[in-house]
Amino acid sequence: MSSVAMQIFNGISLGSVLLLVAMGLAITFGLMRVINMAHGDLIMIGAYVTYLMQVIFVQYIPEQFFDWYFILAIPAAFIIVAGIGMLLEFTVIRHLYGRPLDSLLATFGAGLILQQLIRTIFGAPNVGVQSPSFLQGSLEIFGLYLPFSRLFMIGLVIVCLGGLFIYLYRTRQGRRVRAVMQNREMATCVGISSRKVDSLTFAMGAGFAGVAGCTLTLIGPIGPTIGLNYIVDAFMVVVVGGVGALTGTVIGALGIGVFNTFFEYWTNASMGKVLIFALIIAFLQWRPSGLFSMKTRSLD
Amino acid sequence: MKKYKWGIALFSTVFILSACAAGDEAADTGFGEASAGEDELSDSEENSEEVVVDEDSIPVGLLHSLSGTMAISETSVRDAVMLAIDEINEDGGVLGKEIVPIVEDGASDEPVFSERASKLLQQDDVTAIFGTWTSASRQAVKPVVEEHNGLLFYPVQYEGMESSPNIFYNGAAPNQQIVPAVEWLFDNVGDSFFLLGSDYVFPRTANQIIQAQLDDLGGEVVREEYTPMGHTDYNTIISHIRDTDPDVIFNTLNGDSNVAFFNQLADAGITSDDVTVLSVSVAEEEIRGIGAEVLEGHLASWNYYQTTDTPENETFVSNFKEAYGENRVTGDPIEAAYFMVYLWAQAVEEAGSTETDAVREAAAGITFDAPNGPVEIDGDNQHVYKTVRIGEVQSDGQFEEVWNSGEPVKPDPFLENYDWAEAIQ
Repeated sequence: MSSVAMQIFNGISLGSVLLLVAMGLAITFGLMRVINMAHGDLIMIGAYVTYLMQVIFVQYIPEQFFDWYFILAIPAAFIIVAGIGMLLEFTVIRHLYGRPLDSLLATFGAGLILQQLIRTIFGAPNVGVQSPSFLQGSLEIFGLYLPFSRLFMIGLVIVCLGGLFIYLYRTRQGRRVRAVMQNREMATCVGISSRKVDSLTFAMGAGFAGVAGCTLTLIGPIGPTIGLNYIVDAFMVVVVGGVGALTGTVIGALGIGVFNTFFEYWTNASMGKVLIFALIIAFLQWRPSGLFSMKTRSLD
Repeated sequence: MKKYKWGIALFSTVFILSACAAGDEAADTGFGEASAGEDELSDSEENSEEVVVDEDSIPVGLLHSLSGTMAISETSVRDAVMLAIDEINEDGGVLGKEIVPIVEDGASDEPVFSERASKLLQQDDVTAIFGTWTSASRQAVKPVVEEHNGLLFYPVQYEGMESSPNIFYNGAAPNQQIVPAVEWLFDNVGDSFFLLGSDYVFPRTANQIIQAQLDDLGGEVVREEYTPMGHTDYNTIISHIRDTDPDVIFNTLNGDSNVAFFNQLADAGITSDDVTVLSVSVAEEEIRGIGAEVLEGHLASWNYYQTTDTPENETFVSNFKEAYGENRVTGDPIEAAYFMVYLWAQAVEEAGSTETDAVREAAAGITFDAPNGPVEIDGDNQHVYKTVRIGEVQSDGQFEEVWNSGEPVKPDPFLENYDWAEAIQ
C-alpha cells in the first residue's frame, strides 16, 4: 500500500517536472505556434544562471546567506532568459511567423549557438550546484519519504501556473495576448500592437524555461547539452495536452508523469519509456489534436 | 526586409564571435569546434595547421571526440596524451626523432571515428593511433586498424570479452576492476547487491559477470535495473531500492545520469551509511559535476586516483596542472592515456622501428613505472598488468584509497581463470 502511495507521489512529482519543462513551450509553441527547438537550450541557460548566482554568492556574500542564492536565482533566471528570448524573437523568430519549418531550423540553430556560447564561457564539462540546505533531505510521513526538493518543485509549479492563469485570464495584457493568438488580423484591427504582444509573450515563454532550468538544478546535471534531455518530453506534453490549451498541458503532464512512473515501477525504465510512447501514439490516433483542442472561428 | 537582414547579421556576428572565442580557448580548455556538423565539412582546427612530417619525425594519430556529448571526457584524455608526447620529445624523442601528433575529432559519432582512423592510417601514414573512449567508437575503429595493420592504443576500462592483434588495451579488464570490487564488497560490506546501469553494452555485460560471480560466492542480486542514457528521474528506482533494501548498489551508470541519481538518492535521505554505492564510471572529473557533498562516503573502483601515493604520480599531477591549469584534475583514464604513450615509445625503441609487426612483437613484457604503479604489457592479450584500487570519496572531491591489490593484476579479458564465468559471452 505504502509503495503505491509512494509511486503516486513520484508520479505527481515527475508530472510537476514535466509541467515545469513544458510550461514555457506551451506558450511559445502552444499559443504562438513557433516550433521552438531552442526551448531546451533556454532551460539550460536558466540552469547556468543558477550556477552563476551560486558562484557570486560563494565569492561575495557572507556564508550564512548562502541558501538565499536559490531564492534569488529563480527571478534572475526568469528575467535573464526572458531577455534572451526577447532578443531571439526580435532577431530571428519575428521574421518567421507562419513558416513553421523555417522557424524549426532557425530555432534549432539558435539553440546550437546558445550551447556553444555556454561552452565557451563555462567550459565543456558539467558544473555542480549545491542545493540550498532547506531543500536537502526529505519529509517523513506515514512511512513515506517525500524529498523537500520535490515538494518545492510541486509548489513552484502551482505558483507559476497560478500566475500564468491570472495573467492570461484576469489582466488586460493577458486578454490582448489571447486575442492576438486567436485571431491576429482582428486583434490588430481593434488597435492591439501584435508586435509588442508577440515579443512579450515569447519572452514570457522563455522566462518560464529559465525557471524550469533553475529548479532542474535540484535534481539533474548542469551541462551545455542538458536541453536535449528535456526537449522531447516538453513537446510530448504539449502535443498530448492539445496545442493551445494550458489546461491540457497541465493534465497531459500529470498523466504522463503518473503513467510513466507506474509503467517504470512494474517493468523497468527503458520499457516504461516504450510503453508511455506506445500509449501516446494510441492516444493521438484517438484524439489527433490532443486532450483539449482550442476551438476558434479563425480559418487557419 | 531590411530588418530581417539586420537580424541575420546580428546573429551571425554573435555566432562568429562565439566561434572565435572558442578558438582562442582551444589551447587550454580543449575544444575548438563550433559544432559537430561544421566539423565534418572542414578539417578540424588543429588539423588545418600544417603538420610538418619529415625524415626526423614520427607522426602519430590522436583520435578523440573533441565535440559532441563525449567531448566532456575525451578532451582531458587528449590533453594527457599531448603531455606525454611533449615530455618524450623534450627527452629527445623516439629513435632520436620527434613525435608529431596529428589530432583528429571523432565528434562523438562512430562513422566519423572510422573514417578519421582510415584517414590517419592512409593519408598521414601514422602507424599508431591513441584514442577512442566508448566501446562503440573502439569497435568502429577496430576493423580499420586491422585492415590497414595499424595500432590503436585504448585508454579506458571496458567490459572485456575482446582481443585484437591491432589494439593495446590500457584500461582495466573486468578482472582488474569489477571482479575484485565485487569480491571486496562481498567480504567487507554485505551480500545483497542492487545492480543499476545505463542501458547499453558495458553495464549489461558487467552485470552478467557480477551475477555469475555472486552466484558463485553465495551472494544475491536483489534487483537489476537499467535506465536509458540521459535518464534524469530516479525516484522510481529509489523506491525499488527502499523496497529491496540492499547492502550494496553496484553502479554502472554512465555520464549525466550519475548526477541525477546521486542527487536524488541524497534528497531521499539515503546516505552512504544506509547503503554503499560503488561506481565504476565516476572518477575525479565526474565528481566535480555531481558534487562531492552527495558522493561523500561512496566508493569507486579504479586502478588510479589523483591521490595515489607514488613519486611518479606526484610529478604527473604537478606537470598536468602546470600544463593545463591548477583547477584541472587527473583520473584513471587520463593516467592510462598518459602511460600508454610511454609504453608505445618504449616498444618502438625496443623494435628499432615504428613498423606495426615489429612494435607488437617488442611490446610484450614492456614495463613502465606509471603514476598508478608499475605496469606491464601482457604479450598474450595485449592488455596491461595493473594494480586494482578501491577508493572512498572525500568531502574535497578526491578519493581516499581503502584497499588495493598489492601488486599488478594479470589482465584476463575473457575471464578464463574463473570457473563461474564460463557461461558468459
